[in-house]
Amino acid sequence: MTTATNETTPAATGAPRGTGSTTTRVLGLTALVGVGVLVGLGLFWSPPEEVQGDLARIMYVHVPSASLAYLSCFVTAAGSVMYLWKRSEWWDTLAYASAEIGALFMAFACITGSIWARPTWGTFWVWDDARLVTSAMLLLLLLGYLALRKVPGDPDVRAKRSAWLGVLLPINVVLVRQSVEWWRTLHQKATLQPLGGGAKIEDLMLFSLFVGFVVLTLVWVWLLIHRFRLAWLERRVEERELSVAIDERRAEARVSGSGAARFGSAIGPGGGP
Amino acid sequence: MHDAGYVIAAWAVVFGGLLVYALVTMARGRRLSDRVPPEERRWM
Repeated sequence: MTTATNETTPAATGAPRGTGSTTTRVLGLTALVGVGVLVGLGLFWSPPEEVQGDLARIMYVHVPSASLAYLSCFVTAAGSVMYLWKRSEWWDTLAYASAEIGALFMAFACITGSIWARPTWGTFWVWDDARLVTSAMLLLLLLGYLALRKVPGDPDVRAKRSAWLGVLLPINVVLVRQSVEWWRTLHQKATLQPLGGGAKIEDLMLFSLFVGFVVLTLVWVWLLIHRFRLAWLERRVEERELSVAIDERRAEARVSGSGAARFGSAIGPGGGP
Repeated sequence: MHDAGYVIAAWAVVFGGLLVYALVTMARGRRLSDRVPPEERRWM
């Protein structure tokens, strides 16, 4: 569809083309350097773990991926609550963007976990492990949220029903996080205990995991900003298309209305067979 | 490195997935921004 805005070049208006800005460029560059450092630390410089050997290197991407998926769920829930309270498009867009990135990171956590499980447990997946099942449930819940966003309808109704699902996400996150404590599972207990429990790894391995958290968090923020802006653009385009469609229908109605009037005047009042 | 195939596969899934997702998101953003007036896409 060609609109009048196509004729205005971004250079002429000062508006950026796409979803990038100076902030995202600096952030993206920093994250890129960080990825290089993480690859060096995680794959080469950190030592193999005593029991798991080199397979423990998967942990440097698996654990941060899972944690960032949980963070995404909390951001989506916060955005959903704020939307239900304020009815602001900004909060709804934040919830949506965060849910999509959360699904991506949750998929990473499930896939990398499965890859680690194959040589460790002898199988990619077991269905009687609470951690694995609750993680799969969380991924499905996030995919369900995204599917709900795609249901056609009024944007406000869509935002409202998505928000009700969004507020439920943290419950599942707690289930996933606590599953290794509440039930007997094949999955090992948490490597890091944020509430004073300390860490089960040390030195360069702990540092590498910390770098993994920092770098993937930078990537997460970068993605969130871009996805937020993309969702914002999607909403604007949707509104414009709706407005154009309404104008076209009105124009059609005017044409058919004037045609009917002409037909009516031609046959005259009371005219007809 | 032992089990190199598993380790590299896991890392490739994460960084390959991130790269593809980032490229798709940016490409969609560029395509859509052509259809939105400049005053509605002034990012900070």
